[in-house]
Amino acid sequence: MLSVQEADFDVAALYAQLRSAAGNAGAIVTFTGLVREFYESSEAGREPAVQRLVLEHYPGMTQKALMAIVDEACTRWDVLAWQVIHRVGSLEPGDQIVYVGIASTHRGDAFAAAEFIMDYLKTQAPFWKKQHTAAGSHWIESRSADETARARWEIR
Amino acid sequence: MLNIQYFASLREALGRSSETLALPADVSSVATLVVHLATSRGEPWDILLDVTQVLVAVNQTIVDRSHPLTGAEEIAFFPPMTGG
Repeated sequence: MLSVQEADFDVAALYAQLRSAAGNAGAIVTFTGLVREFYESSEAGREPAVQRLVLEHYPGMTQKALMAIVDEACTRWDVLAWQVIHRVGSLEPGDQIVYVGIASTHRGDAFAAAEFIMDYLKTQAPFWKKQHTAAGSHWIESRSADETARARWEIR
Repeated sequence: MLNIQYFASLREALGRSSETLALPADVSSVATLVVHLATSRGEPWDILLDVTQVLVAVNQTIVDRSHPLTGAEEIAFFPPMTGG
């Protein structure tokens, strides 16, 4: 189940759906990402806290890019059922922004597939964050740590 | 026609979100399209030349700048992605 949406989501309901869809799964891993109060340079205390985070995306490409990431995860690991939700639009600190749920026979595959999808999603799916603070607004720049996290999954 | 789209900080810097363009005579690839836009329009379009800050997708798939263009593609320019 893949969804790009403005609306919030209910992790308890998603977990129940995943559990019923997963059949004989022995493990379910769910990850939820939340909007932080500080990003990048603001972490050094030079900027006021985020009041609002606006997520832009490339509608024609987003589904395609996310499906390619999920397909790759499903070829690498034993995935019995999966869910990916990414929100767009205007969000506030503490809001849920992204969710990945994986059901697998064993926990190792569930953990790995969920982390792989998150690491790829951050650098390979066409989403962009703009933060709004009391001092103005600017686009959040990509972090080299995110690219490093993605690159470690590459098959040598 | 080329259908060109611009996103996020690039959309704001260029003051444009999309346009259609008949394939110029000197354009046969993403790289030559970028050179065409940068030289025919000048600033701020020369920022498209920065390969580390500007990514390119053709028909919704990220490509290298050597990717060929025939004139019927959807092309998107955008900064490195910051989702999740």
